[in-house]
Amino acid sequence: MNNTQGPVWEVFTQKKSGAPYQHAGSVHAFDKEMALENARDLYARRDKPSGLWVVPASEIVAVSPGDAAPFFDPSDDKVYRHPTFYEVPEGVQNL
Amino acid sequence: MDFQEKLHEFQQYIDAEEKIEPKDWMPEDYRTHNIRQISQHAHSEVIGMQPEGKWITRAPTLRAKKILLAKIQDEGGHGLYLYSAAETLGISRDEMIAQLHEGKAKYSSVFNYPTLNWADIGAIGWLVDGAAVTNQLSLRRTSFGPYSRAMLRICNEESFHQRQGYEIMLKMAKGSPEQHEMAQDALNRWWWPALMMFGPHDNQSSRTTKGMLWKIKRASNDELRQRFIDKTVPQAVFLGLKIPDPKLRWNEATGHYDTGEINWEEFNQVIHGDGPCNRERMAHHKNVHAEGAWVREAAAAYAARQE
Amino acid sequence: MIMDTQQALFQYCLRLGDTNLILGHRLSEMCSRGPMLEEDIALTNLALDHIGQAEVLLQYAGEVEGKGRSEDDLSYLRPVDEFRNWRLVEQPNTDFAYVIARQFMVDVYHCLLYQKLQKSNNEILAGMAGRFLKESIYHQRHSSAWVQRLGLGTAESHRRIQQAFNDLWKHTPEMLAAKPYEKKLIDYGIVPDPEELALDWTVQVIRVITQSGLRRPADSFVETYTAHTEHLGHLLAEMQYLQRSYPGAKW
Repeated sequence: MNNTQGPVWEVFTQKKSGAPYQHAGSVHAFDKEMALENARDLYARRDKPSGLWVVPASEIVAVSPGDAAPFFDPSDDKVYRHPTFYEVPEGVQNL
Repeated sequence: MDFQEKLHEFQQYIDAEEKIEPKDWMPEDYRTHNIRQISQHAHSEVIGMQPEGKWITRAPTLRAKKILLAKIQDEGGHGLYLYSAAETLGISRDEMIAQLHEGKAKYSSVFNYPTLNWADIGAIGWLVDGAAVTNQLSLRRTSFGPYSRAMLRICNEESFHQRQGYEIMLKMAKGSPEQHEMAQDALNRWWWPALMMFGPHDNQSSRTTKGMLWKIKRASNDELRQRFIDKTVPQAVFLGLKIPDPKLRWNEATGHYDTGEINWEEFNQVIHGDGPCNRERMAHHKNVHAEGAWVREAAAAYAARQE
Repeated sequence: MIMDTQQALFQYCLRLGDTNLILGHRLSEMCSRGPMLEEDIALTNLALDHIGQAEVLLQYAGEVEGKGRSEDDLSYLRPVDEFRNWRLVEQPNTDFAYVIARQFMVDVYHCLLYQKLQKSNNEILAGMAGRFLKESIYHQRHSSAWVQRLGLGTAESHRRIQQAFNDLWKHTPEMLAAKPYEKKLIDYGIVPDPEELALDWTVQVIRVITQSGLRRPADSFVETYTAHTEHLGHLLAEMQYLQRSYPGAKW
């Protein structure tokens, strides 16, 4: 079936300056400007975000669910990456 | 892992109230069930723009015009959220539109009724959105992640829809005798179609069982319908309007209202395309889609040229 | 007829308010008729902005007039010959190209006007203009992007948008012309000089038209003998239907 609605773009919004961009949803649009405008009208209709990104959905690279376990598991056992792993001597502050 | 094992694991996952994401393994039935339900829901939002849309140009005040426009715009937006959720399951929006045009995909039959006076706009917000919200609130907990997230967003945005409807009903019911009459007339015409929105009785609904097992559907048709009736009847009393059901009465023993029977013949007739406005609604959607083709082609050609 | 400043200001606000009202109404007719659902929502946003601007302007017009008329009274209870909107905005939504061409020509004018009106000696008008300008800058971004897409898209879209500009062009002199009552308002620094606006408008519009591969429409015979076209009466008959049918009812 031919595509009459244009490609899909993923939309990311930033709630306020300095905050991380979060995935809001997707829109269809034929070009970048249209993608930005459509995303504005759909995902910034009520709240006024401080930033908006659109990315062609086809350009997003993701880990496939089947690979997720071996892909992420190793990071689970490196406890020394977390600050709570370390003992802070009593009386020492601002560490 | 063989299919039965996978299915077992899938069910355990769902029973633990975890969400299924688009790329996760899922039985084909689960996928098609979701596609059918979500796309039907999306089409309902979009077709639902039409009956109310008839009154935008006749809204009696600037405030009313703005509110109605914003509400119908929300419905279009909700259609988009839902199309997006369905698309994550591997069906394109084009395919969904084609299924709608071929009559393979359905939409809520309530939108096949006409809007004849301004109070109808009130009645739609109050009763039709009220019924929809009853269903949607329960769907926030649906097991498919994108559907659940779309429902969360939609429920947040819809909260003003029912109120604006009730506000119109209140103004009309307490207004001039003519306005009161319009309000009663609208209630008479929209009450039963609103009850039909919840679908057939549980013992008549073939799809309920599996939908409930997989937690796509979170409450049964009859349960939701009763919930809606119980909360709406007192609101009608407050308006001083009469619900068009001679059998309606409070049942002390059950703690619910008893009602007369829905006209299921009418229900089936409307579902199968013979409601008052089925043909008009579909013709409008098809015409707009066809008329927009040259615009979409131009946008596609322009984008190709930019690259 | 000699008008005092208040009367002139009333007429001026009516013209801006009515123009927004009628354009907002035309755009609201597009609801559920967009070429794709995303654009449907975009057109509704435009409609909401214009109706919102009309509301504020007509409310102020009512105050200036001092006869106790509200924005709704002015919108719903005036006969057609008392409407002061530009003829351009009452033209029907013949196709999406007309909607875009009409919108684009209005947007360019509104941006130029509101930029200058922000500096008006009249603080109320200046405040409104500042608010409206933000909306109009976005509108112009939207409509000029569409003029480009249609102009440079396919042969059919090129033909349609050119046709729309050609057909609508004859209404632009009426929109650009200075009205006799504006003289005093200009002298007092309340409103900008329409002649300057007209020059800037023409330059900007022609630039985008040319960049979009389109030709400047030929200046045609300018009709000056009617304030409105036949379309406005029909539009108002529909818009005012409830208020006219049930006089005095509260909605």
